[in-house]
Amino acid sequence: MLHYVIKRVLLVIPTLLGAAALVFVLMRLIPGDVCVMRLGSSGGTFDPKAIALCHAELGMDRPWMIQFIDFVWGCMRLNFGTSMWSGQPVTTEIMARLPISLEIAILATVVAIAIAIPLGTISAVKQNTWVDYVVRVFAVGGIATPSFWLGIMSVLVVLNFTSAVFGKPWMPPIEYVPIWEDPIRNLSMAFLPAVTVGYRYAAVSMRMTRSAMLEVMQEDYIRTARAKGLIRKLIVNRHALKNAMLPVVTLIGIEFAFLIGGLVVTEQVFNLNGVGRLFVQAVQNQDYTLTQALVMLTVMVFVICNLIVDLFYAWLDPRIRYS
Amino acid sequence: MVTNVSSIDFSAADADNAVVSRTSRFRRAREFCRQEVLGTLGLVLVVVMALTGLLAELIAPYSPTANDFGAMMEAPSVSHLLGTDQFGRDLLSRIIFGARTAMIVGLTSALVGGIAGLILGVGSAYFGGTIDLIMQRVCDVLMAFPLIIMALAVVAIFGTGVQNVIIAITIPLIPRCARVVRASALSIREIPYVDAARALGYGHLRIILFHMVPNVMAPFLIMVTAFVGQAVLAEASLSYLGLGVQEPVPAWGLMLQGGTEEYATTAPWIAVFPGVAIVLAVLGINLFGDALRDTLDPKLRKR
Repeated sequence: MLHYVIKRVLLVIPTLLGAAALVFVLMRLIPGDVCVMRLGSSGGTFDPKAIALCHAELGMDRPWMIQFIDFVWGCMRLNFGTSMWSGQPVTTEIMARLPISLEIAILATVVAIAIAIPLGTISAVKQNTWVDYVVRVFAVGGIATPSFWLGIMSVLVVLNFTSAVFGKPWMPPIEYVPIWEDPIRNLSMAFLPAVTVGYRYAAVSMRMTRSAMLEVMQEDYIRTARAKGLIRKLIVNRHALKNAMLPVVTLIGIEFAFLIGGLVVTEQVFNLNGVGRLFVQAVQNQDYTLTQALVMLTVMVFVICNLIVDLFYAWLDPRIRYS
Repeated sequence: MVTNVSSIDFSAADADNAVVSRTSRFRRAREFCRQEVLGTLGLVLVVVMALTGLLAELIAPYSPTANDFGAMMEAPSVSHLLGTDQFGRDLLSRIIFGARTAMIVGLTSALVGGIAGLILGVGSAYFGGTIDLIMQRVCDVLMAFPLIIMALAVVAIFGTGVQNVIIAITIPLIPRCARVVRASALSIREIPYVDAARALGYGHLRIILFHMVPNVMAPFLIMVTAFVGQAVLAEASLSYLGLGVQEPVPAWGLMLQGGTEEYATTAPWIAVFPGVAIVLAVLGINLFGDALRDTLDPKLRKR
């Protein structure tokens, strides 16, 4: 196991370095000079000295190699410089918005697991019955529905429902309050976005649970269990589900990183000031340091999630370690 | 004389084969429709969407960009079947023209990304060794970027607009296709006919294009179909964020953008119908893709 862990952890380094190089090159592919754009956004002429100063300030007057090493070193210390738009350190900007995004991501995962595993199992056990069809339609729908539209629809329903019942439309609060300060306010804000993002997540995991369960239920040891007269509930819960969970756990881990993508859009719908929204604003404002930092952070989260999933998988299934 | 007879025999056999393959193809299509009811439904949805996009000028009752300030936010009625938006534009016409945008972006990015991935994947498997190793590491790096994040980064550089959205969505699709295609190409490379082709002195390009590519068509087609759906969703998301297709080009995601929540109680149709269009399109593509996968790759068939 140790051998495998070391091998797998070492494999992360070239991926992260490659990603850093790619982000670094991408952000320098931007047509035109960032400083000219920054100073000349209002048009007119400007002092070349000011541009030189701006270059020096952003460290752009140094050789590329030094800039890249500096960038990688910064990534390693989670120090991404200052935002070109607000002038604040990028880390401060991100940390201020991280709690809400993290909370929604975790809630969405909980929602997804709570929906996916029971429904996927029932669907597999009751294969080709109406229950199975309903679950499958629910899953296919989840993959086809854009999460932002689902968000808009849920807002629409809440607004219309509350204005019809209470005579005054009610919207979830948009200002973040930590859950330990005001749990009701916190959850009423995070619930809808979490369900919105969680539905797609649930749909994907549900399909995986179903097909994994179907496969496991065909195994000989299940037949043996059935033959020795074990009750169905025990067979499903103890014997089948445990073994079917392997691919599902993998998927849940990998999809967690994809949640970030979902958050980018969903936070926009619910007007939440999270990391996803910051990302969109960074791109809109052409704030390259911030965009660069956020892309890099996403990649780091993604790579680490994959690493954890792989290690977990190897721990659960010893065959992987030796292949 | 002998050659004549044999050539006649051959042509007769060929004609026979042609008849058989034509009827069997027809039979296979009919079989597909009967076995894969949902897949057929998906295919119908896709065909309807494609035709709508192609014939938008003929079908749409109004111009997608014409403002009718006398009929702003009008509820669905006989003159405006799906109602009008806050600028008095006919929603049905905009959705019909939006189908064209979605098809252009979806098909182009899926095909370009798929074909690039196909060539890179097969090439990587064929050449093996260092080339394969480098390609795989590059794929690792590219796949570490979630699709929408990569697309956002590309948009940050090239800017918005239909062309740039296509580029932004195509790039992340390439490594995903290359990875899957490489896996099946690796097993094909071990089959003796590839060695035979090499022994006959065929060039690399010929072997790759005519001997290996046709044999990875099944996973390739499955991937490309899935890509179309993903690309349509990604385009809608980018446009919704204001970082994709720009006004006045009609696009479904864009239609959902402008303050749909403000009109939630007064004009909910503005938010409802474009979303329904997206869901139906992606649902159709996915259902068809699932059925295609079951038909082409029996190993993955759902039991």
